[in-house]
This record gives sequence, structure tokens and C-alpha cells, in this order.
Amino acid sequence: MARTLMKGNEALAEAAIRGGCTHFFGYPITPQNEIPEYLARELPKHGGVYLQAESEVAAIHMVYGASASGGRVMTSSSSPGIALMQEGLSVIAAAQLPCVIVNVQRAGPGIGGIQPAQADYYQMTRGGGNGDYRIPSLAPATIQESVEMMHEAFEIAEHYRTPVYIVSDGMLGQMMEPVEFKKRKLRSAPKKDWAAVGHGGKREPLVVKTMSLVPEILEENNRKLQEKYRLIEESEYQYERFRTEQAEIVLVAYGSTSRIVKDSIELMAKAGIKAGLIRPRTLWPFPVQPFTRLKPFCKQIVCVEMNNGQMIDDVRLAVGDRFPVTFYGRTGGVIPTPAEISEHVKELLKRG
Amino acid sequence: MSGIFTKTRGLKEQVTHYCPGCTHGIIHRLVAEVLVELNVLGNTIGCASVGCSILSYNYLNVDMIESAHGRAPAVATGAKRVHPDKVVFTYQGDGDLASIGTAEIIHAAHRSENITVVFVNNAIYGMTGGQMAPTTLLGQKTTTAPEGRDASHCGSPLRISEMFAQIPGASYIARVSVHSPKQVRRARKAIKKAFEYQLKGRGFSMIEVLSTCPTGWGLSPIEALKWLDENMIPYYPLGVYKSLEDD
Repeated sequence: MARTLMKGNEALAEAAIRGGCTHFFGYPITPQNEIPEYLARELPKHGGVYLQAESEVAAIHMVYGASASGGRVMTSSSSPGIALMQEGLSVIAAAQLPCVIVNVQRAGPGIGGIQPAQADYYQMTRGGGNGDYRIPSLAPATIQESVEMMHEAFEIAEHYRTPVYIVSDGMLGQMMEPVEFKKRKLRSAPKKDWAAVGHGGKREPLVVKTMSLVPEILEENNRKLQEKYRLIEESEYQYERFRTEQAEIVLVAYGSTSRIVKDSIELMAKAGIKAGLIRPRTLWPFPVQPFTRLKPFCKQIVCVEMNNGQMIDDVRLAVGDRFPVTFYGRTGGVIPTPAEISEHVKELLKRG
Repeated sequence: MSGIFTKTRGLKEQVTHYCPGCTHGIIHRLVAEVLVELNVLGNTIGCASVGCSILSYNYLNVDMIESAHGRAPAVATGAKRVHPDKVVFTYQGDGDLASIGTAEIIHAAHRSENITVVFVNNAIYGMTGGQMAPTTLLGQKTTTAPEGRDASHCGSPLRISEMFAQIPGASYIARVSVHSPKQVRRARKAIKKAFEYQLKGRGFSMIEVLSTCPTGWGLSPIEALKWLDENMIPYYPLGVYKSLEDD
């Protein structure tokens, strides 16, 4: 199929339909509105259901109900809206139900602004709801990758019975790029014999639930959840390395920031600086592996984020005390330029 | 020999955890009997809510989804939109429906979501130990209104059925009680009608059932039935508040 020029948000919505999404529940918030708008128009044409909820809180519980009864469900929102969904996400994770949540990040904290940011790294990787749970977080850097990760998100969700985040941002969602929807055979989903669909008089009634008033049973449930998370950590991490083999300076960035960093690496190369990039494609599980392979001649690792330093915690955990790790970031919706990043690195090297 | 009275197969073989004299058990039975009578037991998805009745899924013989506090109407919406052909209901208390879940219940009614809501109003938070609910009567003492509910401090009790009768999307709204055999029979009829409305695709139906909480009220079971009759019914009059048939 030929490539078409599409906005990031609309491409995600189209990819959701092609990924077999049957139900979407959401609430308007900038800068993700093109997703619900596209699905309101297109999902019914494919036999699916689009429904606008009265709030993000209601939307995520509609997602929960639809998933609990066997639907292939998603929602999308942006940072403060995702914060409102945390109650439901904790329930969905605990009930082990599949669904996909797109977060087109905007600047915070509070109501913040509508320009791009990556200040939800903690929200995307540490959970915002109560209890011990994890949510796999896929972080695309291009619109093409957004489309591919949307398919993958549904597959991971159904395979592991877990909510999955697509971590986008206002830049990636609003920009246009050529995108190709490759014909892709959907991985066959496991049978949903856990879904509440009515027992039909043929089996015992089942309950989708998360409450357990017996501490030992709840602890056992938690142990099983953690077992699943260990499996996801071992199997589902993804990353890209760019010129890290010879790099004296290794930058770490994800999503749209990683593209800016790549441009800054070109600028640095012209100035004779050997810089490389490690780009996590999954934020949780965080890809520790590329950090273990860094060569001793690497002088420093610089984490670049559109926030005040969040992913840097995971980078430090991955690196330990083997290399110094520093941070460069812009916030509030300010997007760093390749020139300012390369200037920052030059200054670091001057200081030695 | 045929029995003159048997347990409905709409209920599981379980002893309930409800306090002596609590009327949740009667209401469970009515819902169960109606689902059997309408022959939809195997075709039903129930949504349990937070409060004493969260464990209703241990007693009702249907597939159920446990819902977070106040969110059962949203959960039911999700399930119904996946299975428009199935019977979907919520079973919610007054703290759940009339306080923390007001947004979800009002908008489910506004969308005329084709679900049935069994709303159990006992004018108190039972599960958490007898705190004031939006439905607590003026002057009624609770653990968080030790001197009795004072309107100037925390407003007057919320009349849910009256409020929902104003919502265009609501198809059947009735308030019933289970404090006497006569009222139990009436409640059963209303609950049946609400589910029939759903089966006919008429949209949102809700039955408010006045219920006792002897433990929370500090009364014996018999005193509690009397208290309901003398105090709740004057403020919460029984009757049909909306019926599409009447339109």
C-alpha cells in the first residue's frame, strides 16, 4: 500500500481500527482530540462502537466493563486526563484485563499547557493508581512507529491480559508524516474464557473482580501479578541504538525528543564529537541491556527529556556507578533544538 | 412431593454476610426471582458496586463484574455496548450511587443506556460503619453526624427518584420498599417491570428500594422496619416517578 500523509493522532486512530479495536470510550482533551474525532467518524463504519464519556473517570471504567465482557477496547487522553484515569487503570491491571490507553502528553503539572512534554514518564512507568502494578509502555518516535506500536499494543494487552500504554506527545500527535499501513496478520488472541458474558446455564457463573478480604489470598494474587511482570520485563523490552559503538558521549532520549537528539548528534559529528543515542522504545519495561554494553571509553551519559529529569532515574539504575549520568531538559511545552543540545554537550566536554 | 416454597435458582447456595435484619437479602432474592421468571439468568451480566452489596456476586447466580466505588453505571455501559443483546444491571447502594457515583449514574440515564439499576437506599453508609450518606434524613444520627444531620451544615437528603424522573433518557423510575410483605410484592413487580423495559429496549430503568440498616441505625430488625416506615417513607414517598407507558 502506498504511503499517505497523516497526522500522528489520526494515524494512531486508523491503526487502532486495523488492529481490531471494537470499542472506544473517551473524553475530549487537547492535544489528542483527533483520535476520538477520527474514531467517532470511522469506527462505526467498521462495526465498532465509539462513545463519548462524561469524564475520563467514566471513560476508563467503561473500558473496564467492555474489556471485562470481552471487547477489544481502547481509550486515549492527555496527561491530566490520564491522571484522572488512574483509579480505573489500577482496577484493570489488578483484574488482568486487556486494553490500550494512548497518552498524548502535554505540559504539566496541574492543568499545565497544551504544548508537547514528556513530564508523564513517572505516570507512565511508576503507576499513578494504588497498589503494586505495572503497565507496559510503548514509546514511538515517528508516526510510522506509532502505527506499528498500536497493533503491538493490542497484541501485548491480550497476550498478557494487561493494560498497555502508547506514550505519545503533543508533537508526535499533531505533526504530519508519510505513513504506510502495512498489511499485517493479527496475532491470534487467546480465548477469553474469563470474560463475563452470561453463563448461558452451561457453566458456573464467573466474577471479574479485584477485591480480596483475605490477606493471604490477596498476597498470592499479587505474587502472580508480579510473576507476570517479571515475564514482561524479560520478554518485551525494546530499544534502538544509534552510533553507540564508538560514542564518547551517549545521549538517552525517547519519543519525539529522540529525533531532535539524533539531529544534534549529526551536528556534534561535524564538530568532531563522537556521540551516540540509546532510545528506549519501551519505557516499562525499561531496556537495561544497551547500557550494559557501553564501552569504557564512554565519558558520560546525558539523559535528554522534555521534563525536569524523570527517565534519568531508570538510566541511573541501569548504569549504576560505571558512568556519570547528567541531565538536559526543557519543560512547559518548550521543545529543545538540536543546536542547544549539541552546545550543551560541547560545554560538558569543555568542562571535562 | 412438590414444595410449596423453594429457594430460587437465581441465588447460589451461599449464606449471605449481611447483618441480621438487613433487607439486602430480600432485594437480592427479588432480583434473582425476576431474572429466573424472565428466563434471562444465563444471559445476564451484573455489576456489583462498592458497599455492603459488593459481595452480591457471591449470591446472585449470574456473571458479574465488580466495579470501583460509584462507577458501576460506567462499567455496565461498557458491558452493554459490547453485548447489546444481554441483560445488564447494576446493584448499587446510596453512598455509591447518590454520592461518589453521581456523574456516572446521571449520564448513564442521560444516554438512556439500556440497563437496569437496582438502587438500594438505606440512608447510611453500612459497610464503612454507619457514616452519613447523601440520603441520611435530617436529624438522623450517624457516626459522622453525631448530633444528627443538620441541613444548614450539610444540606438536605437527596431524592434520587424525583431527580431522575426529570431526565429525558430515563424510561422507568420507581421507588419501592421492602419493609412489609405487601411492599415486598410491590417491589418485585417494579423490579420485574424495570427489567422488562430493558428487554424491550426502552432504555434506562431504575428502581430505588428503601432498605433497612439495623446495625448502622442502632435498632433491632423489627424496630428498623418500623423506623423505615415512619421516617423514610414520608420523605421518600413510594410510587412510580416515570414510566414511558404513561407518556
